[in-house]
Formats: sequence, C-alpha cells, structure tokens
Amino acid sequence: MKFSIKVTLKKDVLDPQGKVVRQTLQNMGMDSLKSLRQGKYFEIEVNENNETKAKDKVEDMCIKLLVNLIIEDFEISKI
Amino acid sequence: MNSSVIVFPGSNCDRDIAVALEKLEFKNTMVWHKDITLPKSDLIVVPGGFSYGDHLRSGAIAAKSNILNEVIKSANDGCLVLGICNGFQILTETGLLKGVLLRNKNLKFLGKDIYVKTINNNNKFCNKYKQDQVLKFNIAHNEGNYFTSLDHLKELEDKNLIPFKYCDEKGNIKDENNPNGSLNNIAGIFNDKKNILGMMPHPERMVDQMISGDDGINLFKSLLN
Repeated sequence: MKFSIKVTLKKDVLDPQGKVVRQTLQNMGMDSLKSLRQGKYFEIEVNENNETKAKDKVEDMCIKLLVNLIIEDFEISKI
Repeated sequence: MNSSVIVFPGSNCDRDIAVALEKLEFKNTMVWHKDITLPKSDLIVVPGGFSYGDHLRSGAIAAKSNILNEVIKSANDGCLVLGICNGFQILTETGLLKGVLLRNKNLKFLGKDIYVKTINNNNKFCNKYKQDQVLKFNIAHNEGNYFTSLDHLKELEDKNLIPFKYCDEKGNIKDENNPNGSLNNIAGIFNDKKNILGMMPHPERMVDQMISGDDGINLFKSLLN
C-alpha cells in the first residue's frame, strides 16, 4: 500500500527559502503571486494490506523521523 | 577526567575537539556511531560537522544512531554532554535539548569569527569565565538559527539556561550582531539540569593563541574544575 506525505512548515515558523523563491517569482513578473511556503514530499510503500494499520505505521514513521513536530506539520494521503 | 567523542560519517570537527581535550589532559576516547556501548565517561562530546550529509534535517539521522541511545541514557543519569554545532543540532533532534536549529536567516553558510557574551557562568561549563565576559569564537554553519516555542524561550531566560548570546566586540547584544537570526541572539542553551550544553560556536577552534585565539580554553578548564 502506497502513501504520500506532505510536510509543511508550521505557520509561525520563518521560511527563508520560500521567501527567496517568492521574491524570485515576483521579480520574474508573476505579479499575481500572493504568498509561497516551501515544504517536503515523501512517497512511502508499506507491506500491509489493512489501510488503517498501514496508515498508523506511516504516521509512526512521520513522528519518529520524517517530521520535526516543533516546526513542521504533515498530511498523509493514500495513493 | 574521561571524555568520549562520538564520530559519525561526515563529522569533521571530531579530531579538533580531541586535540583540544587532550591538550587539557582529558583521557579521551573516540567512539564510532555504530558502537553499542560507551566507555566510562565524565564528558561526552557530540562534535561538529555534517553527519550523514545533513540529509532530511541536520542531525536527524545521527540522532537515531546506535550510540545515541547510550548518550541519552548517560545524559539522563547526569553525565556532562557537550554538543557543538552539528552536535547541538543532533542533541535537539534527540530531544535532550528543546527547540530546533533552522536555516540561517540570510540563507548563507556562515564561516567566521564572532563574539559571544557569557550570560551565565554559574555552571559546570563556564565557571572559569567571568560573568558578562566577551569571548571570540568561530562559527561555521548553515542551520544555526535557534527557534523554540515562546513558553520555552521564557523558561530559558527565566531559569538562566542561556550561557552565551551573540554580541559585538564590546558585549552589546543587538540584532545587527546576530549572525543567523537566532531568537534573543541565543548562541547556546542548557537543559533544565545544566548538564547538557548545546552551542553553535566552536570553542575547540580557540585553544591556541598561535593559531586563532584561546578564548575556548576556559570552557574545557571549567569542566575540569
């Protein structure tokens, strides 16, 4: 079973990389750009056929390693 | 005093710290990250560098290595632990120190000498420094921008858990002397019991007047005191 994980910076955390990307796009003339935040994306496949169990395992992986909960949020979706 | 320096793939300040420790006559052992036991240590140093190429987040992979389980146990039993630069990042990833080190505010890797002010000298790591003493250290990092919750920041200030803050040559703590954007100019923090110190500047690079300066010596002398 395959899942995607979207990791984003929490709203109060500074995102200097996102800021530079936003400024660059604006400098390129993309005037309609209002805001931009940069994040991470993972695709994970697990050996588990029960969706709830599989999702729990992926969540465990997120909490224990993939995500730093002080600064990041995550969202798991089945692919 | 017995010390152990933990070595990860990508550590690059491990030998510098070993030289500094041996200069002050610590009995030092280098410990590989895959080892599962620590030699008897009064001080454990998690050195600077780029463990695992900073993959995922700086220090995140090293924080899950075999030997870190032993470091965590010893730290919780009161052993002195010093994390420098990448070592500080690793200690925050293990949870031994709260908070996180974000990318430098200006997105640039910083490699230069800076000044820090000794905010608290009443502890095992800084007792040979004078209160408010200004020290010249070197920094070399891309993620040194200390960030934590407002509650924890207040706790750090109220409980005097910040030994060093970035300042100018005269000891003025201002925004313009903050190289990386750290909250309140924080250059290093303690845990509650003050047996664990994490700091971004490198004291081990300042142990010889002939090379760069010797403001770092008293940190190691404090530990021996």
